[in-house]
Amino acid sequence: MQIQEKMTFETWPAVPEKETLEGRNKFLGFWLFLGGETVLFATLFATYLALKDKVPGPDHPLAQDLYSMPLVFVMTMLLLTSSLTSVYAIYHMKNFNFKKMRFWFIITVLLGLGFLGCEIYEFNHYVHDYNHTFSSSAFGSAFYTLVGFHGAHVIFGLCWITALVVRNWRRGLSLYNAPKFYVASLYWHFIDVVWVFIFSVVYLMGMVG
Amino acid sequence: MNSYAQKRGFLATLWDYLTTVDHKKIAILYLVAGGFFFVLGGIEALLIRVQLAVPNNDFMSADMFNQVMTMHGTTMIFLAAMPLLFALMNAVLPLQIGARDVAFPFINALGFWLFLFGGIFLNLSWFLGGAPDAGWTSYASLSLASEGKRIDFYTLGLQISGFGTLMAGINFIVTIINMRTTGMTYMRMPMFTWTTFVACSLILFAFPPLTISIFFLIFDRLFGAQFFNVDMGGNTIIWEHLFWIFGHPEVYILVLPAFGIFSEVISTFSRKRLFGYASMVFATVLIGFLGFMVWAHHMFTTGLGPIANAIFAVATMAIAVPTGIKIFNWLLTMWGGSIKLTTPMLYAVAFIPSFVIGGVTGIMNAASVADYQYHDTYFVVGHFHYVILGGVVFAVLAGLHFYWPKMFGTMLNETLGKITFWLFLIGFHLTFFVQHFLGLMGMPRRTFTFLEGQGLETGNYISSIGSVLMAVASVILVINIIITSVKNKKVGNDPWGDGRTLEWSISSPPPYYNFKQLPLVRSIDAYWHEKMEGRKEMPPAEPLGDIHMPNPSFIPFMISFGLFIAAFGAMYRPDYSWGLPVLIGGLVITFGSMLVRSLKDDLGTYIKKEELDDDKGVKA
Amino acid sequence: MKRFTRWRLSLLLVIMAFILSGCGEPYLSSLRPAGEVAKKQFHLMLLSTAIMVLVILVVTTLFVIVLIRFRRKDDRIPEQVEGSHKLEVIWTVIPIILILILALPTVKATLALGNMSGMEDEDAVVVNVRASLYWWEFEYPNEGIVTSQELVVPTDEKIFFNLTASDVKHSFWVPALGGTLDTNTDNVNTFWLQIDSDAAEEAGNLFYGKCAELCGPSHALMDSKVRAVSRDEYDRWIKGMKAAKEPQKPETALAKKGEEIFNEKGCISCHAVTSANSTIEAARIGPNLTDFGERAYVVGILQNNKEELKKWLKNPESVKPANKMTGTYEELTEEELDALAEYLLSLKVTE
Repeated sequence: MQIQEKMTFETWPAVPEKETLEGRNKFLGFWLFLGGETVLFATLFATYLALKDKVPGPDHPLAQDLYSMPLVFVMTMLLLTSSLTSVYAIYHMKNFNFKKMRFWFIITVLLGLGFLGCEIYEFNHYVHDYNHTFSSSAFGSAFYTLVGFHGAHVIFGLCWITALVVRNWRRGLSLYNAPKFYVASLYWHFIDVVWVFIFSVVYLMGMVG
Repeated sequence: MNSYAQKRGFLATLWDYLTTVDHKKIAILYLVAGGFFFVLGGIEALLIRVQLAVPNNDFMSADMFNQVMTMHGTTMIFLAAMPLLFALMNAVLPLQIGARDVAFPFINALGFWLFLFGGIFLNLSWFLGGAPDAGWTSYASLSLASEGKRIDFYTLGLQISGFGTLMAGINFIVTIINMRTTGMTYMRMPMFTWTTFVACSLILFAFPPLTISIFFLIFDRLFGAQFFNVDMGGNTIIWEHLFWIFGHPEVYILVLPAFGIFSEVISTFSRKRLFGYASMVFATVLIGFLGFMVWAHHMFTTGLGPIANAIFAVATMAIAVPTGIKIFNWLLTMWGGSIKLTTPMLYAVAFIPSFVIGGVTGIMNAASVADYQYHDTYFVVGHFHYVILGGVVFAVLAGLHFYWPKMFGTMLNETLGKITFWLFLIGFHLTFFVQHFLGLMGMPRRTFTFLEGQGLETGNYISSIGSVLMAVASVILVINIIITSVKNKKVGNDPWGDGRTLEWSISSPPPYYNFKQLPLVRSIDAYWHEKMEGRKEMPPAEPLGDIHMPNPSFIPFMISFGLFIAAFGAMYRPDYSWGLPVLIGGLVITFGSMLVRSLKDDLGTYIKKEELDDDKGVKA
Repeated sequence: MKRFTRWRLSLLLVIMAFILSGCGEPYLSSLRPAGEVAKKQFHLMLLSTAIMVLVILVVTTLFVIVLIRFRRKDDRIPEQVEGSHKLEVIWTVIPIILILILALPTVKATLALGNMSGMEDEDAVVVNVRASLYWWEFEYPNEGIVTSQELVVPTDEKIFFNLTASDVKHSFWVPALGGTLDTNTDNVNTFWLQIDSDAAEEAGNLFYGKCAELCGPSHALMDSKVRAVSRDEYDRWIKGMKAAKEPQKPETALAKKGEEIFNEKGCISCHAVTSANSTIEAARIGPNLTDFGERAYVVGILQNNKEELKKWLKNPESVKPANKMTGTYEELTEEELDALAEYLLSLKVTE
């Protein structure tokens, strides 16, 4: 099947992201990339656990002093929901329904922005109210690096999905851009999974002590 | 498209290489850049041996020695050995599996440019206040204490080239999984393809820990983080763990492709199929797997405790088993064969005993208690040079001679090649064998000098003489390359006459679309199989049709260039006000280029069937 | 067959021990083990080397046969052998056995050397080693004294060590006595050594130590010394050190002048000339000089005589690049150097 071919609902394949060789390559390559990313985050988690609560003196805040459940809960809900909406988007992509896909991706982006806003508020709160900064202790460095890396992934994901949606605003779906949408949503799920681990390892374990 | 074959001016050629996404051209780029860094690292090695030829030498200052020694290690591992292997992978691997290109031609180019800009950045340190001086391992307490920008060149340079390596790794894995031609099942893949596959999987899982540990060091040195600052709760042992979780697999990332090259060479010039192919594959995968379980044997003396040391000692010894399987399989491949000692075969043959020595000293190192005596001495220096030179460099040299005709269409001179080989072999053993004993006699590694009257003079002198022989060998190799290129005598598809795998079934060098019709693979050693059946060409797996090829692109260069600029900004940000804007500017170039790549449709081009018919120089 | 193998192995061991023990100086070489730890390590080295030489011999024999017998003579196509399960099993199982032979003693020795029992005893000889950029401090916590550069210990007794570093990572290695252990900035590492009196005598009672972890420009010159003496002599030294609670009074006029210079030029602010370990570690900036006159070496590498000492004091940078003493005091005149050297060489505790 030619990649530039104009598609209709009837000709649209069941697995559009894997219809072309380029799509299959992209699909597999991206999964592998996520494998590497998993190791990357595993390394960050290990370091965080090693340096958790490692502070130079008693006047520095520890994990127990910092985290608050309500905010983290809201953030988790926002991100989990955004993952769900990106599933809807891909569902509509598979059904060749571009407009609905576009709509759900926009919702995804908005939820992601909400999450990001909460995170910025959270960091700001720690820095100004607790004096818990990137440089104040090894604990601080490890915390901001782990959660910040995740945050940077969120930003990148948002820019990526937005760019895709804007670029294809009028063009509709094709076998050329279907893998792109699919892979972007895969990335978004990965970010979500990492957050689940951050939520458990950093926040829950941090609050328990 | 036919203009491709026409003679063009220098600028046009330059632009062609700057924008190429053709794996064969990227192979040449890797070869040239890797070769350049290999020479650079070699010169640094020579300087080290000059300094250590006699006791209390003042040829170099202590400070200069540490820079040279650090850059020698870093350059050889990251900027010479790996790119040279990537050169061979790029040149041969798609041909071996019957593919027209790699899975991601764009990312292939990006990987190269990232590596090159990282390497250039690292080496610019020589002109901008001194080179890194904390050893290639750059242990955290020392690398934090190092003044000036030296270590920042190391971290930022390696970070950039590390991204490139990661991309190249993913690209090859996908290529091998998705791009094999009809009939090329996993268990029919040439050994070099298999080892590349496993090595690239190691890259995928080993490089992220390096990326992260380097980020920690960058953050600590340039952005005020406290990961390794003990006074602020930091912990320097984290660096050691992360570095070696990367560092040990890195050894296998280097040596597995080398095993692959030797497998091809030995099998070809013995005229026999690889003995115990299935067990070779199994051993390769097992080595890759075990490679991740043993990093702490580099840290036996860090103080992890006797239990951890004992466990890692036994785990390390286990690697000897699959490696032993390989050695015996190679010997049995030659057994009963018809061995022709060409230059590549000489390297392959010499590799066996040399690598066995490196391997068994590795097992000696694995005996944790004894390792307390070897650790950070010249014994270790001797050991890993036996592995890396005897394994990897021999393989690169073998591969270079073996695949030169496939890459450039000409044969390197065999006489000069053999002279190079013998000088290199003798020089190699002369240099490194005696170093084991120097270590046992009490010489720590990374010392800029040694004192008189401690029994270390003779060994060091011998070692220095050996290094000169290797240098002479390298010069002869370069002369050989120049002579061959000037003569430019073209050869046919299968110049060695004993080619077994698909790459030898097409012209040398292959057309830019590799295969006019993708070949049908009916057996392991597919081309040999067809030859034995009396055919001269591979049977096609598809009818003659249009061929889809990717467009060249300048974006990989720009993405890498942006990071190169950003690295300068990050490095000078704490000292100069222009640092931050430059950092941001560089990142804008990089991400902007990525955005352009994402937004601009790149559908590639088609070579029409008719054009292929016109192309008389090409035979499938 | 079995007996033959064992016989061959032990012959190999004997030959190797013979070859290896000829290597290096008795005070520096790990091939001339002078104590229990080094001997354990040496025996493991011999065992592993023997096994490995065996492997090399087997491979090389096969290799030579192959290269002689199977060179290309005609254009025949050899039989394309796929493999042989029997052979593959053999060369999988034999290495596993060889590795087990090596692994068991390795594990045993690792645990044995990790056994620190006895360290808590009151009369145990415990030394806190603190590594700093290019010098070594040895503190005896049970005796309450500090010395530097030259460790004094009794022979034929277990000596327990606590190791740390104060600036960057170093590694404490005295090859003839035992393998290296890192001095980390993060934590305290412990190990023990024991020195045979016979071997100590052969080595002139002075073993050479090295820093085994790259630590900066003068890493190569960061040597330590271990003076291994009899228990009696050790007790005498401890007694002398303990008595040196006050700075010693120099006897000659020149030495007196040297003491004045030592105090006025600020040497005293980094270098203590009393042995007590009462000041905190961070304040012990330079090597303790209490028994300086009795040490064999200056800064670990120069013979301890007036000429070499003056060379060091005059221009430390030329002796140990990037050391921390360079530039901390005004240049000394020839007379000042004379006086200072005289004073420092007069610092003795056992006479």
